[in-house]
Amino acid sequence: MTAAAPSAKPILKIEEIVKNYGPITAVDRVSLDIREKEFFALLGPSGCGKTTLLRMLAGFEVPTAGRVLLEGRDISPLPPERRPLNLMFQSYALFTHMSVRKNLAYGLEMEKLSRAEIDRRVDEILATTDLVRFADRKPEQLSGGQKQRVALARALVKRPKVLLLDEPLGALDKKLREKMQLELKRMQHEAGITFIIVTHDQEEALVMADRMAILKDGRLLQCGTPEEIYEQPADPFVANFIGVMNFIEGTVSATGAFEAPGLQLAVSSNRSGPASLAVRPEHIAVASAEAGFGGVIEEIAYHGLDRVLHVRTSASQSAIQVRVSAETGARYRPGDRIGLGIDAAKARLFHSAA
Amino acid sequence: MSGIAPKRLPGRIILLLVFGFLYLPIAVLVMLSFNESGLPTSWSGFSTRWYAALMGNGEILHAAWNTLVVAIFATLVSTVLGTLLAIGMETRARKSNGLEALAFAPMVIPDIVLAVALLTFFSRLNITTGLHTIILSHVIFDLAFVCSVVRARLKHFDFSIVEASRDLGASGWTTFWRVTFPVLLPSIIAGALLAFTLSVDEFIIAFFTAGPGRSSITLPMQIYSMIRFGITPEVNALATIVMAVSATALLLSQWLNKEQIQ
Amino acid sequence: MAYQTTRPNMLAAPAVLWLLAFMVAPCLLVLSYAFFQRGTWGGIEYTFTLENFARVFDPLYARIFLNSARIALITTILAILIAYPAAYAISLAPRVRQPMLLFFAVLPFWSNYLIRTYAWIVLLNREGLLNGFLSYLGYQGEPLSLLYTEAAVITGLVYNYLPFVILAIYSTLSRLNPELMEASRDLGAGAFRTFWRVTLPLTLPGVAAGGVFVFVLSIGNFVTPALLGGGRFQMIGNLVYDQFLTANDWPFGAALGMVLIAIMVALLFLQARATSHASGERKGDEA
Repeated sequence: MTAAAPSAKPILKIEEIVKNYGPITAVDRVSLDIREKEFFALLGPSGCGKTTLLRMLAGFEVPTAGRVLLEGRDISPLPPERRPLNLMFQSYALFTHMSVRKNLAYGLEMEKLSRAEIDRRVDEILATTDLVRFADRKPEQLSGGQKQRVALARALVKRPKVLLLDEPLGALDKKLREKMQLELKRMQHEAGITFIIVTHDQEEALVMADRMAILKDGRLLQCGTPEEIYEQPADPFVANFIGVMNFIEGTVSATGAFEAPGLQLAVSSNRSGPASLAVRPEHIAVASAEAGFGGVIEEIAYHGLDRVLHVRTSASQSAIQVRVSAETGARYRPGDRIGLGIDAAKARLFHSAA
Repeated sequence: MSGIAPKRLPGRIILLLVFGFLYLPIAVLVMLSFNESGLPTSWSGFSTRWYAALMGNGEILHAAWNTLVVAIFATLVSTVLGTLLAIGMETRARKSNGLEALAFAPMVIPDIVLAVALLTFFSRLNITTGLHTIILSHVIFDLAFVCSVVRARLKHFDFSIVEASRDLGASGWTTFWRVTFPVLLPSIIAGALLAFTLSVDEFIIAFFTAGPGRSSITLPMQIYSMIRFGITPEVNALATIVMAVSATALLLSQWLNKEQIQ
Repeated sequence: MAYQTTRPNMLAAPAVLWLLAFMVAPCLLVLSYAFFQRGTWGGIEYTFTLENFARVFDPLYARIFLNSARIALITTILAILIAYPAAYAISLAPRVRQPMLLFFAVLPFWSNYLIRTYAWIVLLNREGLLNGFLSYLGYQGEPLSLLYTEAAVITGLVYNYLPFVILAIYSTLSRLNPELMEASRDLGAGAFRTFWRVTLPLTLPGVAAGGVFVFVLSIGNFVTPALLGGGRFQMIGNLVYDQFLTANDWPFGAALGMVLIAIMVALLFLQARATSHASGERKGDEA
């Protein structure tokens, strides 16, 4: 198989989709374009509507309003079995009364392919997913990681236009999960199929996705590449949800300076008034104690490669986190007074709603 | 052993006593059925003559045949109805109290009440009673028990495999036969075996709905009329056979249920 | 719930229709009979009356009712007292052996009721095994008349329904989180106090379920009083039987049957209320 890079051509268009359960709105007018051969992640806290959205794509939930277009064709009225999309279930949903081989053949049998063709494609997928040895086992004789691979193979063998994955790594332990993240990415690359994955794990989304969408309370907050979302979060929720973020409440003066107790920072803003400044721990540098802005180290957390200093300042309620190299961090002790230099170019300013 | 570990001895004594209480009367009955003299108090040697006597008793054979006919038809109908009911109840969006009560009632309603109600019902509608009315009545409680056995299995049935089947291109019908049914099959058979034993053993409702005369008499009715006049060695033999049939069906049913849960 | 094309109600419909036609309708018909008069020659005369229900409270019948209730209550208490230790002992047995023990405790329950009752006739009658055993021990007097007594009826009822009570109590015992008992011991309660303050209260729903079941089935029982109580011993079940098959007073028999149903419904309702109240059970919905 040849490696395939994502193209800009949309394969799946979600238009103004809505799902209501009685008075509850689970998905609220979400529109997304998903591009051919890309690895797309739907990310959000539990209950944000991401699984409902995925199940509407698979055909298990009927949208209250809106459409889903696959290659320009409206698939909204089709039942799940007639959609050229496949879903990998969170629980894997393997047929416990069938062997691995029969599980894999099931979807092909539904396409009424010849026996020889089915056998050939099952053998092929068994080889690419490294499951040949387990072909005649029943699901209960497999480990969690093996079951996960069978579930993936069973969906992939159908060669769907789009593969939907509902928290595919949720049931695995951390070590295996990290290994499978790369494995999934490799398989997606080789198969040249569009993947849409639902996850609540922001790290997983950052590692795997070409692009991602952040949902909250059924609404789409931001859609973009991991870099865009990490560097330029569109709102405070996204900023806080992805990675670690320090928030400092203050006001923007008419002269274009952000002011908080003990802190004054030139920012490029044409709007004045109350605002909060969001800055990542790695965008704050340690300066000498004489510098204008600073505080007292409360806690030092060791993370291997780096250390995070929790610094109590006059500017914000909670301690400000500052990421420094492990060596730099080793020079400080809790109680030390240090100065902090905020990289204004990397910080984001969120104006309070008027 | 020390600490909180339970002491085993008192538990064993309790179990010995309770199991003794449960099985001693049955054991005595079985032993007597092989007693040459047929007398309850003296053992005069092993014999199968009472079984031979049964085989020559046309009335009993006739009743046994009727029982088999009733049990088989009642089991067939109730297995289909009970299984569908179980699936319907477990796939509902929300629990219906009315449905729960309706499915539960046949298991707890005093059988004498159901018996007289059916008798009244059939006589009011001028329906001729016979084996068919017994079958019809047995389906009532049989289906409730089949339903409860199948529902127990559905409680830990992963419904996502049904969705997976649809997602892989199977229609609702294909999904039922290739996924849902094979997974439920052991519990359906277990339920059917239970229904069969219940039907073979049921007395009061059969007694009220069989109609007059001996033509639709079933084994329990035959046994009842025999034991009202005291102990006879033939009854002991007949009882032993009936118990053996029930026990076999139940062992099978239990084995199937265990298979699927593990 | 999930996406579906087959409607759950359609699947339930055949069974529901069957039960409505052959269980609910006949019961309603009998209920209606209870409000009519008995015809001169048996039969029904369609004149409205409440007399049948009034007769239930006639001292003659009220006595039978109270007697039935008393016997059912004694049966229930005895069955619980025997079943609880048995269920507890099963729950303390090694895990792998529990299903087998439970199965053999319940097996008799599913086998023929008549035969199990008959086995007690064999044991208890004048020439029966118990009397034989007594004379073997050197007892000289008249054989004891054990059969056709209230004690024989109660023994038969307890024997027949004991397995179900064991099952009901065991199923709550086996669902108990053992850490609760360990926590109680950790907090300083002894084994006995742990049982009394933690285990027993938590298993009361099972005791109630088993108890209600035994009471309902005992008070309406017909076979056991008929066989072990002899002809002279009457419970409500026998009274209903007589009204339909010998006295030919269907309206009165119907009234008696309806009172039985009312008792059953009331008890089951109370039990359901008490159980849901005690456990505060609530199912969480998934997002």
